[in-house]
Order: sequence, then C-alpha cells, then structure tokens
Amino acid sequence: MTDKPEKWLLKLYVAGASPKSITAFQNIKAICEQNVPGQYEIEVIDLVKNPRLAADDQIIALPALVRRLPEPIRKIIGDLSNTERVLVGLNMKRLETT
Amino acid sequence: MSSAENFAPPSAVPSIDKCPTGIRGLDDITSGGLPHGRPTLVCGNAGCGKTILAMEFLVNGARDGEPGVFMSFEEKSEELVQNFASLGFDLAQLQEDKKLAIDYIHIERSEIEETGEYDLDGLFIRLNHAIDSIGAKRVVLDTVEALFSGFTNTSILRAELRRLFRWLKDKGVTAIITGERGGSQLTRHGLEEYVADCVILLDMRVDQQVATRRLRVVKYRGTIHGGDEYPFLIGAGGISILPITSLGLDHPVSTERFSTGIERLDTMFSGQGLFRGSTVLISGNAGSGKSSIASRIVEAACQRGERCLYFAFEESPAQITRNMRSVGVDLGPPADAGLLTFCASRPSGQGLEMHLVKIHERVLETKPSIVVFDPVSNLTAVGNPYEAKIMLTRLIDFLKTQGISAVMTDLTHGANGVESSTEEISSLIDTWLCLRDLESNGERNRGLYILKSRGMSHSNQIREFVLSSDGIDLVDVYLDSDGILTGTARRAHEARQRIEAVSQRQDRERRQREIDAQQAGLDARMAALRVEQTRLTAELEAMQAEAQLRQSGETDLRATVAASRKADAGTGS
Repeated sequence: MTDKPEKWLLKLYVAGASPKSITAFQNIKAICEQNVPGQYEIEVIDLVKNPRLAADDQIIALPALVRRLPEPIRKIIGDLSNTERVLVGLNMKRLETT
Repeated sequence: MSSAENFAPPSAVPSIDKCPTGIRGLDDITSGGLPHGRPTLVCGNAGCGKTILAMEFLVNGARDGEPGVFMSFEEKSEELVQNFASLGFDLAQLQEDKKLAIDYIHIERSEIEETGEYDLDGLFIRLNHAIDSIGAKRVVLDTVEALFSGFTNTSILRAELRRLFRWLKDKGVTAIITGERGGSQLTRHGLEEYVADCVILLDMRVDQQVATRRLRVVKYRGTIHGGDEYPFLIGAGGISILPITSLGLDHPVSTERFSTGIERLDTMFSGQGLFRGSTVLISGNAGSGKSSIASRIVEAACQRGERCLYFAFEESPAQITRNMRSVGVDLGPPADAGLLTFCASRPSGQGLEMHLVKIHERVLETKPSIVVFDPVSNLTAVGNPYEAKIMLTRLIDFLKTQGISAVMTDLTHGANGVESSTEEISSLIDTWLCLRDLESNGERNRGLYILKSRGMSHSNQIREFVLSSDGIDLVDVYLDSDGILTGTARRAHEARQRIEAVSQRQDRERRQREIDAQQAGLDARMAALRVEQTRLTAELEAMQAEAQLRQSGETDLRATVAASRKADAGTGS
C-alpha cells in the first residue's frame, strides 16, 4: 500500500438513458466522489449507440461497470445501489482506511 | 409407424411456415423444417451433436441466402472455425462473405459482482447488432444455459430469457437454442418452459459397444411430425438422419427387365431376366457361388454402361476382382472406368444405423442402377434379428424408391440352403435364387433354382450351375431312379445318351434297308405278273380271233354245200 494517489479509470456500460442507467451513473459518481475524489474518470458507453463496443469487455448484463485501472480488470453489474458491495467489488474500500 | 407425409391433413388451411434446415432427413421428419420465425430448442447430453446440428442449420441457411448469427457461450470463434473445418464447413469464408457472424460470449463467474437491478440488455444489443450487421434470418444460441453459471439472480435471468425468446420471435428470426439435458427435465434449467414451439431431443446410447446417436422431435406445435427416435450420423458432410417412416409403400415400379448376364438364367425368368428396381436374394452355403453370380450381374450391367455399387463385407475389392477372374468375370475394367464402385467395410466395425446411413450416402452419391451387398447376412449379424429386419426393410424401401435393383447374397448353413434368419427377410425380396450343394457319387456340384420371383413366370427346374474359367453357365440336370444327376454323373449320363443315339440311328438305317429290299422284291414280282397278264390277254385275243374265223368259215362252207345241193333257202343244217 502506497500513499501515491491512484488513478481510477472506470467504464460504465449502459443501454440508452434508461432509469437503471441513470441510477447507476448517479451511484458510481457519488461513490467515487466520496472515496476517490479527483482521482477518477468515468467513461459512459451507450451500447445502443455503439453496439460494437459490447464485445470488448464481454458485456452481457447492463448496466455494467468495468474497472480498467487500477489493474486487474473488475466487473460489477447492476444499478450499483448497494454501495457496500460496489466498494468491495471495486476494491475501493481500503482507501477509506488510509 | 405413421408416415408424416401420408397422414398430412388434406385441408387447404395454410399450416405454419417452415424454415428448411437442409439437414438430410430432419426436414422429412418435421414436414419441411423448423417453425419459421420462432425459436426451437435442441437439447441433449454432451457430445450428442447439438452444436453441429445448429451450425449446419446456419451453414445451409447461408448457402440458401439466409445469413445466420451464431452466438457461442462455450467455444471461441476460432475454435468453432477449426472444429467445423473437419466437417467440410468453411466458416471463415462464410464470415468473410457476411453470411455468417459468430459472436463468442465469455462468462466468467468470478469476474462479476452483482449489485442491484440489472438486465441482459447487453446480450440483446450484441445479438441485435450481429443480426443487423449481416441481415440475419437465422440465429443460434449455443448454449444459453451457460448464463445460469454466470449470474446468481435466477429470477432476473429467467425473466430475461423469457424476454429474449419473445424478442427473437418479434425479430422474426428462426432460432435454435441449445440446452444441456438434465435429470428429469429436458434441459437442466427448464428452458423448454420458454421455448414452446418446437423441441428436439438428441440422445446417444451405447448398445453392444456401438454408440448410436438418435434424434426425436418431442414437440412441434402446429404441425404433424414423426414422433419416433431417428438414428443419425455425424459424417464428413455433417448430420444425416434416416427417417424410417417417411418412406411409404407408394414407390413407382418398373416393368423394364435387365439381363443377369447369364443367358440360361435369363431363360429361367421367362427369357427376359429380372425386373429393374427389384430385390434379388442369392442364398446358399459357403462356396456355392453366390458372389460369382452377383459379380456376373454387375459385370453385365457395367458392360451395358450402367453404374454399380458393390458393398463388400467379407473380402477386399482386390480379392474379389482376383477371385472373379478365375471364373471368367473381370471386374477390373468397369472399376477402372468408374462404373463400378467398391465399398468394403467390416460389418462389426459400426452399428447397423451407421451402415445404413453410409449406404444411403454412397448410393445417393454414385447413383447406381444395381447395388450389391455381399453378403447381407454379415450385416444382419451385427444387431439383433428384429433390428436387422427393420434395417433391411428400410434399406430395401430406400433402394426401391430410388428405382435401384439390389442384389444381396446370403450365407446360409442349413442343409437345404434356407435358414430362419433368411426367412425373416424373405417377405421383403422379390426374387430369390437358391444355390444348393448337390452331393452324390462322391462329389459336390452346384445346383440352382428359383425359389420365388414375383411378377413373372419362372422355371421350376433345378439347373446345375457350372463355374469354369470360361464363365458361368447353367446346364440341365437329369433325373433317374437314383435322383438328380449332376457333375460326373450328368456327364456319364450324357455320354450314355450319345451312345444310345448312335445305336438308335444304326437300327433305323438297317430297318430302312430291309424295307427297301422288300419293296424291291415286290416290284420285281409285280413286273412278272404284269408280263403274265399281258401274255394271257394276247392268248385270249388270239382265241377269239380264231373262233370268229372258224364261224365265218363254216357259214361259207354251208352255203357252198347248199348251193351245190340246190337246197331250199332257209334250211339250216
């Protein structure tokens, strides 16, 4: 564990502006603001507009959040309403303790 | 056993649209193919051929102008391309031609964390994209059940699957969804609940160390389908299914006859030989000359320019060719000319179904006019008698519908050349030639007779059947007090007959000469009598002349005397 601020690169795959998509985006934004402010970047990918991109991260379920950085890649699906599980899934929790 | 075709309703109401699979036999069973624009569930255990059936459906569709999408949950695209290359499918080329799209969906349970509500829109979007990118009409999901291992929330999953199948229907694509067989249900996760239109079950069973795959249409809404289990084979060209019941007894028959190539044998069949498209059984003990007759029939057909197919279950083609040369039948030239095709295989090498499928394939491939099975009894020895009979029925039916004549040799062991295993198939065959060993006077000879021949008058005589380097010939046998005479006894009998004929001729000539001599004697006597008669006639004439002369002399004398006595006239003496 280092104190060097890590860069969080997240990809949020959604299908248009569905309620689930919006909820998911709001949830992840809030979680990031709270846990890794200023260190994160969220790329929202609308598969309705770019269906081709779904194959890259093997996306089946939506909404899906993919942690590209830090390595390794992790995937979380759902509207990210369970903050605790998102933090575990992204392994973001340890930052709280530091 | 009902025939799907025979029982088709005669109504004019249009039945549901069918999407032909192009898989040999499957379209017969389903009366035209899978339900068009609807999903079909194909389920079975691992290794049953689900993926192959699904892929063949797409490849055949691609060939007929219906592009397809293959969504694989198990194998990667490259793996599929490699695996199907062995079946002769060039998936890479089809992908390049935009006739096929393969999308590999990888689900790794450990990578996925679930938090809150989600749906499978990602799958829908990918599928939709794949379908639209090539204008697909056919879709395969292989196997969608893999999703159950990837997601823990089965209630969401089930709802999404239901939505997926409805979506596929709305999309108007004909889809195959494959599923693993599980316990009491058709599929492990009860997919049959969602796909209600058509369910096909694949199965593989091992019986007597021979594995046979079978297919059954469990359910097909809105259509009449064969409900039996149909064996199928995965061969070089993909899947071949043999629908037993699609064959009716309504095949056309031919009145055309063909020569057996043995003149005297043709004579026995009212001089014209056998019916084209008929089934001929040649039964006999070992060494009775079954193969020789079959080979001669083949040789004669090839000399007429017909194609023949020879299934050898006992000898190799080279061995048959060599052996037949010794009886004046040369199968080499027709084989070289491509008219005669040999197919040699060990009957025990595979199950009956496999044999049947392979025979089908070879027959359809070579389109022969005559097919030989030498010997068919080896084939029937593979399975149990009941299966063997069914198999032969199907084989004969198939050949009849194709108008192909079949020549089957049958090895028997009984003393009279007929045994029970043969009798089981006897009702199926049209012409039955029996070859018998005739043992007498310390030698064995070959006898041949026609046990039956449907639809033609035929000889009831036993003929001796002679194999020599000049070829095959039939000769008459003789009956005497000891029974029928063949071989040496026949030749001795023939010699005796020749001697008798000579002595009879000599008798006749002697008698002729005697008669001639008698006639000559009679003639001589008649000539002598005629001379005598002439003499008597002359004597009679002389006598009459003298009498007349004497009378007229006396009258003159009396007149002279009277005149001299001046007697009254009228006074007699």
